Amino acid sequence: MFQSVDFPGGRVAFTSEMSFIAESSEKRVKCYRVLDDNGHPMSSRFEQVSKEVAVKMYSSMVTLQIMDTIFYEAQRQGRLSFYLTSNGEEAINIASAAALSPDDVVLPQYREPGVLIWRGFTMQEFANQCFGNKADYGKGRQMPIHYGSNKHNYFTVSSPIATQLPQAVGAAYSVKMDRRDACVVTYFGDGGSSEGDFHASLNFAAVMEAPVVFICRNNGWAISTPTSEQFRSDGIVVKGQAYGVRSIRVDGNDALAVYGAIHAAREMAIREQRPILVEALTYRVGHHSTSDDSTKYRPADEIQRWKISRNPLARFRKWIERNGWLNDEDESELRDNVRKQLLHAIQVAERTEKPPLEDLFTDVYDHLPSNLQEQEKLLRDTIEKHPQDYPAGVPV
Amino acid sequence: MANCLRRFGRLGLISKAKNGKRELYSTTSVSPASGDNTSSTKSINLFTAVNQALHIALDSDPRSYVFGEDVGFGGVFRCTTGLADRFGKQRVFNTPLCEQGIVGFAIGLAAMDNRAIAEIQFVDYIYPAFDQAGDIPIVNEAAKFRYRSGNQFNCGGLTIRAPYGAVGHGGHYHSQSPEAFFCHVPGIKVVIPRSPRQAKGLLLSCIRDPNPVVFFEPKWLYRLAVEEVPENDYMLPLSEAEVIREGSDITLVGWGAQLSIMAEACVEAEKDGISCELIDLRTLLPWDKETVEASVKKTGRLLISHEAPVTGGFGAEISASIVERCFLRLEAPVARVCGLDTPFPLVFEPFYMPTKNKILDAIKATVSY
Repeated sequence: MFQSVDFPGGRVAFTSEMSFIAESSEKRVKCYRVLDDNGHPMSSRFEQVSKEVAVKMYSSMVTLQIMDTIFYEAQRQGRLSFYLTSNGEEAINIASAAALSPDDVVLPQYREPGVLIWRGFTMQEFANQCFGNKADYGKGRQMPIHYGSNKHNYFTVSSPIATQLPQAVGAAYSVKMDRRDACVVTYFGDGGSSEGDFHASLNFAAVMEAPVVFICRNNGWAISTPTSEQFRSDGIVVKGQAYGVRSIRVDGNDALAVYGAIHAAREMAIREQRPILVEALTYRVGHHSTSDDSTKYRPADEIQRWKISRNPLARFRKWIERNGWLNDEDESELRDNVRKQLLHAIQVAERTEKPPLEDLFTDVYDHLPSNLQEQEKLLRDTIEKHPQDYPAGVPV
Repeated sequence: MANCLRRFGRLGLISKAKNGKRELYSTTSVSPASGDNTSSTKSINLFTAVNQALHIALDSDPRSYVFGEDVGFGGVFRCTTGLADRFGKQRVFNTPLCEQGIVGFAIGLAAMDNRAIAEIQFVDYIYPAFDQAGDIPIVNEAAKFRYRSGNQFNCGGLTIRAPYGAVGHGGHYHSQSPEAFFCHVPGIKVVIPRSPRQAKGLLLSCIRDPNPVVFFEPKWLYRLAVEEVPENDYMLPLSEAEVIREGSDITLVGWGAQLSIMAEACVEAEKDGISCELIDLRTLLPWDKETVEASVKKTGRLLISHEAPVTGGFGAEISASIVERCFLRLEAPVARVCGLDTPFPLVFEPFYMPTKNKILDAIKATVSY
């Protein structure tokens, strides 16, 4: 008799036809793209980028690429303990940062140093963190690449996967309560979407109506685990709807598409006070980190294909070159400059002394509790007795 | 039946306290935040004291928030009654049923310079927030937030409240005392109150402390413990233990609901001519070694009692620290009267618990060692 009933949560209509919702739609969700493989706009309708911004985007992508190359080499030479590149994901890094305002608060995972480059974190600041010297804002406490900068609204990187996601929702709720003209942006990978924190955060963000943009870098690999062994859904983008979160899939190797998608996502997040999920499809061209050799689990020609013919810098360069905004001379000057800056930064960072011993004990709490005072004193006595046991570089 | 008896036992003690035996609930240092020392008091129970503290916290700082599962209608233990009506649903709200989400959200909120007061409905459900598939918001996130950023960021405005401990019928998942896990994590503070007056003053200190704090509320005492509590805004110091009964033969150290059982044992021991000194540790991390040390140097004997399983319990830490500091003054091995190394059992709860007579036997054995 009843056509529908108002169950908790709203009225639901009945049907006499028994049908299960399919586990996936017949066609995969399409991927938003602006530039084709040759750097030609596929349509004239896209978020326009000025010459100044476009050139800065390209320069920043080149900077990120060179930084990765030089730091990676420094690690191979044994000068750094660890490194992790963003190779192949330069467009996601830089174009997403370019589409944001500096007031937008970023909670990164660890493959987004390009956001800091865009915001003005210097090569020296990167090098100081990687070498863990006394100028490192993190006071030498974390492994290389765990950058953080209060003045750039960029929270300090934490190694555990996806923990930043629910925190981003809490931060966004604060931005909402303060009625700020800003949003919170958080990054994660395809592997991170399997963590409970991912699901918790999407659900919380929807319920709390938090202005947060979730950016998934779906690069196909969680260390050695391919997405086929990570999930059986059509990637990440489809997970938004189940939580009531608006979502888009974008070509992560197309800087203009990323820029446009993040620009629109930010607008909606702030204007409508809602979360947005962006899945950027890309490929992790580098190894997971310097502790990994990815040729052990994926074909070398696959890596090469993405590195050469699907390179995000190359595609964007074709577009700005065609616009007459950059020539070969500009580019080689840019590359020379960045390389010089970096080599200098590394030399300085290497020479700069380590943080003092007291930094081992501070910042556990706002003040040093008595147990730590006691332990510091004991340690200093031991150092005096056995100085040969301790690295000379740390001032005691 | 045994459960009922035990509960009446607690009730009896609390009635005694109401009748003027003040030793359990005496408060040595009430420091009014407002500087108003003349505030009147009112006889209230522990959940009402928590509720008062939350009212004051929300009222005195517009950047404070209270949230958790079922918090909006007042909470399953009524600790958040009336808060949403008074302060609005934007500052006092329900969250989805997801502990790791609650704590992750709270860390982010606190990191933006807010006071995030999160409720975990039962401490038995804090483990997903503690360690879920490699995501460890309390241990790996909250506790290291300041340190890992070189003090560029902190989540010091975070307080996680959770009811803990035996309740007579809670079984595995409504009875646990997981304080020792948290005491192994540098960067957070762990605080457990023993009474309404303590709960209000300590909770306000935790909320205003610039470090993340876990605050475990003895759920058995929510309704049972009734005490005169100042109506004003006051704070009690963290990391300061309190001697709540002076004695000369043996030192007893405990926290939370267990103190009322220990106090009963002290009274019984006195009949046998044994003078017990009883210390409420109040803050377990970082803890006040000096007060315990001074007491043990005087009495020469130490007994620690907690509901949590004995192995790896916080009593082991206290024991080791005091042996280090008082070895030559000790006249007997340090005694521990604690929960058994089993999951918290339902029917067997009276057997599992560190009861008055277990404590009394240990007092006698230690004194006559």
